[in-house]
Amino acid sequence: MSEEIKKFLYLNRRAPYGSIYAWEALEVVLIGAAFDQDVSLAFLDDGVYQIVKGQDTAGIDMKNFSPTYSALGDYEVTKLYVEKESLEERGLTVDDLMDLKWEDEDEDWAEKDSIILVSREELAKVIEGQDVVFSF
Amino acid sequence: MAIEVNGKTLETDEEGYLVNLNDWVPEVAEIMAKEDGLELTPEHWDIINFLREYYEEYQIAPAVRVLTKAVGKKLGKEKGNSKYLYALFPYGPGKQACRFAGLPKPTGCI
Amino acid sequence: MSELHTVNKSPFEKSSFDSCMAHVLEGSAVLLYEDGVYAATKGTAAAAKVAAAGGVKFYVLGPDLKARGLSEERLTDGVEVVDYAGFVDLAAEYGKVVSWV
Repeated sequence: MSEEIKKFLYLNRRAPYGSIYAWEALEVVLIGAAFDQDVSLAFLDDGVYQIVKGQDTAGIDMKNFSPTYSALGDYEVTKLYVEKESLEERGLTVDDLMDLKWEDEDEDWAEKDSIILVSREELAKVIEGQDVVFSF
Repeated sequence: MAIEVNGKTLETDEEGYLVNLNDWVPEVAEIMAKEDGLELTPEHWDIINFLREYYEEYQIAPAVRVLTKAVGKKLGKEKGNSKYLYALFPYGPGKQACRFAGLPKPTGCI
Repeated sequence: MSELHTVNKSPFEKSSFDSCMAHVLEGSAVLLYEDGVYAATKGTAAAAKVAAAGGVKFYVLGPDLKARGLSEERLTDGVEVVDYAGFVDLAAEYGKVVSWV
């Protein structure tokens, strides 16, 4: 197969536990990662709540899937765009988010930040530059 | 479906994966392996233990290529290839090893 | 008769919280649960509405707060944390429950 690599962006706009969207998006990303495309994720609106640190679902009898975001690097998903305005509107800063990293195999597994903080305007440009955009 | 382990009946799904992760004890792997005609060696256990640790940390069973790469990093390059892993787990390192480890079928396993 | 209003949707995603706030009367209470708990956090537009509502008590369901990684320090002043049993007590205390879903 000599297909050209396409740029895929997954838009995450929902909070994690009130609906199934966040978990579904994560599963689709992990399955889709098998197809060797250039995959990135964007967290905006309530989607920024998905990657808030310190989640503990023991009291609501649901699976805490927040640790799974840390596995994205293993699946070669290394670009996680987070919209600054969405954080601000929610009284959050980047320090309230999980410290998501990926390991660069070409540089002796050096740890690098996955989170890329962008403004609304910058995210619009990121979206513009994609071949395919999936919305959750 | 179900399997008998240490006199207890543990529920499994239609593909033979444990329904409750917490039911797992090492004998689960031994019994499932025997049913598949395999004798578990320390090399098998390296992979099974690795999978359980991966699940514990990330809450998912890794896809085969993720497993392969991670095993190469952790257990050495000579083990981080699908030939080695398929030799240990002929029905597929993802599917078969995850089943022995009491995990769900890997996410991203087609 | 005073009422217990409940909101379980994010104030950013749905109008449930805003609508609730537009209809809640003095002497009543608002319980925020599931994604509704986000309305109880500081630094949001919802927080200003909570602060401005006089004579209304605000409660938030603790397990939903914890699940979402929100510590009690993030809560708007005056919001009280309750557990599931506290939810039931409130429902009994107020007699009538109005759900904004």
